[in-house]
Amino acid sequence: MSAPVISVRDLRVSFGRGASLIHAVDGVSFEVAEGEVFGLVGESGCGKSTILRAISGLNTEWTGSATIAGRPVAHRRDPAMARIVQMVFQDPYGSLHPKHTVETALMEPIRIHGLDNGARRIDRVLTEVGLSPAFRYRYPHQLSGGQRQRVAIARALILEPRVLLLDEPTSALDVSVQAEILNLLSDIKRMENLTYVLVSHDFGVIAHMCDRVAVMNHGVMLEELTIEDLMRGRMRHDYTRELYEASAGYSRRLETRADEADAAA
Amino acid sequence: MTAEVRTDRPAHGGLRAWLLAETVTSPAQARAQKLYLGWRRFASNPLALIGLGIVVTLILLAIFAPLVATHDPFAQSLDRRLLPPSGAHWLGTDELGRDIWSRIAYGARITLMIVLLVALIAAPLGLLIGTVAGYLGGWVDVALMRLVDVFLSFPGLILALAFVAALGSGLENAIIAIALTAWPPIARLARAETLTVRRADYIAAVRLAGASDLRIIVRHIMPICIPSVIIRITLNMAGIILTAAGLGFLGLGAQPPSPEWGAMLSTGRAYMLGSWWLAAMPGIAILVVSLGFNLLGDALRDVLDPRAS
Repeated sequence: MSAPVISVRDLRVSFGRGASLIHAVDGVSFEVAEGEVFGLVGESGCGKSTILRAISGLNTEWTGSATIAGRPVAHRRDPAMARIVQMVFQDPYGSLHPKHTVETALMEPIRIHGLDNGARRIDRVLTEVGLSPAFRYRYPHQLSGGQRQRVAIARALILEPRVLLLDEPTSALDVSVQAEILNLLSDIKRMENLTYVLVSHDFGVIAHMCDRVAVMNHGVMLEELTIEDLMRGRMRHDYTRELYEASAGYSRRLETRADEADAAA
Repeated sequence: MTAEVRTDRPAHGGLRAWLLAETVTSPAQARAQKLYLGWRRFASNPLALIGLGIVVTLILLAIFAPLVATHDPFAQSLDRRLLPPSGAHWLGTDELGRDIWSRIAYGARITLMIVLLVALIAAPLGLLIGTVAGYLGGWVDVALMRLVDVFLSFPGLILALAFVAALGSGLENAIIAIALTAWPPIARLARAETLTVRRADYIAAVRLAGASDLRIIVRHIMPICIPSVIIRITLNMAGIILTAAGLGFLGLGAQPPSPEWGAMLSTGRAYMLGSWWLAAMPGIAILVVSLGFNLLGDALRDVLDPRAS
């Protein structure tokens, strides 16, 4: 394994004060290698999304250390980080500005960083996510959920980052669309040699996408295991087994779907 | 889902086809389509059209006052004072023999100027203060909102009176005074709107793209707040007109012989029993214009409200 692209040491995030103090993330460490897909799985509220918000720089109130691509993640806003790490959000209905066309949304990062060839970059990234350039002048309300998520992925890709943080990228979508978006993300990862951190509560998605997965509960990382180990049931914690079995029925259906979509593609 | 665009609508000519086309080919078309759909929603409401009609009439009256006025609004003729409405003087004459219709036509200019200037000062000021307070939060929010509280704790007309008393009477000072009382509700509205969107994922996304706070406020937060600010200021127009008329009535706004409607109403009051038209005509003008702005504001809310998609 090459040098890690993401390295997180003893990350702690807490909200509130005094008696209502909550340790959302309580001392989490992990490393992700270049080109790897690292999964974070757990029930809602276990702190998995909080980790993404901390290492992306959205939340600056955390302790510990994190480096991405050799660059320490600062505890304040750091515009230069935008070209290294980007994020895809859970709800495509809330992650696109309702008053901005697709083009405006994609042009904004280009303008912020003063990049040239804006129109060509937009065409390229739209093609990459499987949208025709005719979508450029659409508003979000004129798009379906899957199309919106493709636009959100395009927006994350337009600055050509090395790391994509995926916060439940498919859980707000129809099952059939979920498989399409997951396959799209796999294809993009292969083409662009990206590194993913994928947060999900769904082992089906994790098994389909990830190389390694960490199981979280109450802000603590219980264990890290490879997908191979997960599929063969070689987990050390009963919690992991329960979680896995709870979502197994659902995940088998999704895997079949994903394979069908793969075969069709 | 496939990425292809449905082209079930034929591409052949016509503005309507262009405005409703599925395949949008330019940013101008996208914007025109949005405007057209908004207009269709607006036009389907008869009260909206009445409101718009009244406001447009006010604007036309103000622009073409010299053409529609039948007399010089300042020309006095004491032998024709206090004449009731007739063919020669459509709305009668006042205590100095001036033609009331002509004065109301010229007075439309003053009313429109007050309304426009107040809107142009109060709306951007309120929008800026509200969005900055809402987005930055913390002590900036506390300081700005306490300032708003101070302004809001006085009734608008009283505060305007105090400002005019401090600045001196006159139309310009009345406008400044009214604008200073009109921005706080807008700031509060813009702040509330900002608070609902500042945690939205699309704001997080543009923060991740490296945008500065100023850019986020101006390009991403303000467009969300602008519709409700436009609605609010349009609905406030009636109050602004009434406050201006009130200041005029009290002799603190436009000064004689300027044909300001409130001042006309004020002088007409003395002749109310014998010559009702002196007070009634400017009063009706104020009523109709206030009603027009209210109807327009309600209709704009139906069209622009982001929550009703």
